[in-house]
Amino acid sequence: MSTTWRALGEIVVAAVQVIVTGVGGLVLVGLMRKVRARVEGRVGAPILQPLRDVRKLMRKERLRPQFATWIFPLAPVVFVATVSVAAVMAPLVTSRPALGSGADLFVIVYLLLLGSTILALAGLDAGTAFGGMGSSRAVTIGALAEPALLVTILALSISAHSSNFPSIIRATFVDPGVIISPARLFALAALLIVIVAESGRLPVDNPVTHLELTMIHEAMILEYTGPDLALVTLGEAMRLALLLGVFVNLILPWGIASSMSVPALALGVVVLSAKVVAVAVVLGFVEVFLAKVRLFRLPELLAGAFVLALLGVVSGVVAK
Amino acid sequence: MNHSAYTSVLGLSCGVIVLCAVVVLWRRSLRAIVRALAVQGMALALVALTLGLHGHDDGLVVVAVLVLVAKGAVVPTLITRIVRHDVASRETQPLVNVPASLVAAGVLIFLAFAASRSITALASSASGRLIPYGMAAMLIGFFALATRRKAVSQIVGLLLVDNGIALVAFLATAGVPLIVELGASLDVLLIVVVLQVLATQMRLRLGSVDLDQLAELHD
Repeated sequence: MSTTWRALGEIVVAAVQVIVTGVGGLVLVGLMRKVRARVEGRVGAPILQPLRDVRKLMRKERLRPQFATWIFPLAPVVFVATVSVAAVMAPLVTSRPALGSGADLFVIVYLLLLGSTILALAGLDAGTAFGGMGSSRAVTIGALAEPALLVTILALSISAHSSNFPSIIRATFVDPGVIISPARLFALAALLIVIVAESGRLPVDNPVTHLELTMIHEAMILEYTGPDLALVTLGEAMRLALLLGVFVNLILPWGIASSMSVPALALGVVVLSAKVVAVAVVLGFVEVFLAKVRLFRLPELLAGAFVLALLGVVSGVVAK
Repeated sequence: MNHSAYTSVLGLSCGVIVLCAVVVLWRRSLRAIVRALAVQGMALALVALTLGLHGHDDGLVVVAVLVLVAKGAVVPTLITRIVRHDVASRETQPLVNVPASLVAAGVLIFLAFAASRSITALASSASGRLIPYGMAAMLIGFFALATRRKAVSQIVGLLLVDNGIALVAFLATAGVPLIVELGASLDVLLIVVVLQVLATQMRLRLGSVDLDQLAELHD
């Protein structure tokens, strides 16, 4: 009896986390655009516009490049699926997510990487010049961000003696002093740079540009339209929400649900949304004042993230 | 001040000191480099202040104030004045490019921690275990000194070395005598003033402060 209920509860929790990242992610994208518009003195599109865009795209005709192989239609599905699985496992709304025991940070990172890789393959698959260029750039950035991210994970897991993400969050409840330890602060700074790079925001990639010389992510998905594009857009929004959610829960874990009761989960959703919205507004505001970094300068930025993460590891070991 | 607050403030300021040293290698704009140096000076003053308050050592608190004035304000202001007159105030072509310098900084940080393992093994106090941070700042300073070309970034490298030595001194001995600290600070101040004279002369004769232009003899 109790195991059945527990399984049902886990399914509910998983569904809540996926829906929160899906809907919340799209709203988040709209919110960041709105913040940007307001700071620039424009009225801007409504915050719910990305939701409407996705609904509109879903109804459109399914069009695919003539010579594309099976990778092209598969990529958006795999992309959304990997992000969704990561959203199920990550401690976003609750510190005891479904499949929590397998939610190692490395697993989450490589799930996200799998999605990015299949999108890069799809960019090459259509055989256009822009798709190939976008894929090549996206993979370059991914390869540069990877070492920084791995060292960051190492730094985060030293204090908790575990790279299991829910355990890291629970360990901060036991000893809140960890949050202002140098190791954690360096790791979080490195993580922020990596998140900005991975989710294709300024100063690494400009999400609104379609200028051929500068676009990275947009070039990769240029051939997509209709329901396929809707899925890619949804996946991107979910990835942004997931990464920001992970980030805020590492800074301020308070408010995350520690039990499976309905009030705790509801509170978890509200608090998570408030924290992510706060970070997103700050990021959207800061982005207005940033110019895109030249592509050849990106190694400097990500090497900086790598050294920050390394400092995090070293200070974590010293503090022992 | 309770013990956990003491260790976390100390750890954070030591972290900031090494971070500022890394920022000197990271950024190209000379203004940003000088700002990092100023922040490092302030963090060093905070270390001295924390140690002074924790050990009830009034002399160290006085040293903290002196460090704050000298390394957090006066020296950076003097260097900023050199930068302001320089038209191209960027480190355009360091001998080792920025990503490679950052990787080197990572290696140097590890080296500092590996080299001072025998010191930290002896240290029983929280401050003694932070000595590698001072070593790391020192090594990164040497690296900046060796690989940067502008006169300003070289002097900043020298000041990084000085700050690193001062940090090791504070952490290892809970503060050198006031007179020694004063002597060292005056030394650094003198170097900065000499640099300013040199930079002014170079700008008058050559139009820039790129030290590579001094490699050849002219009539």
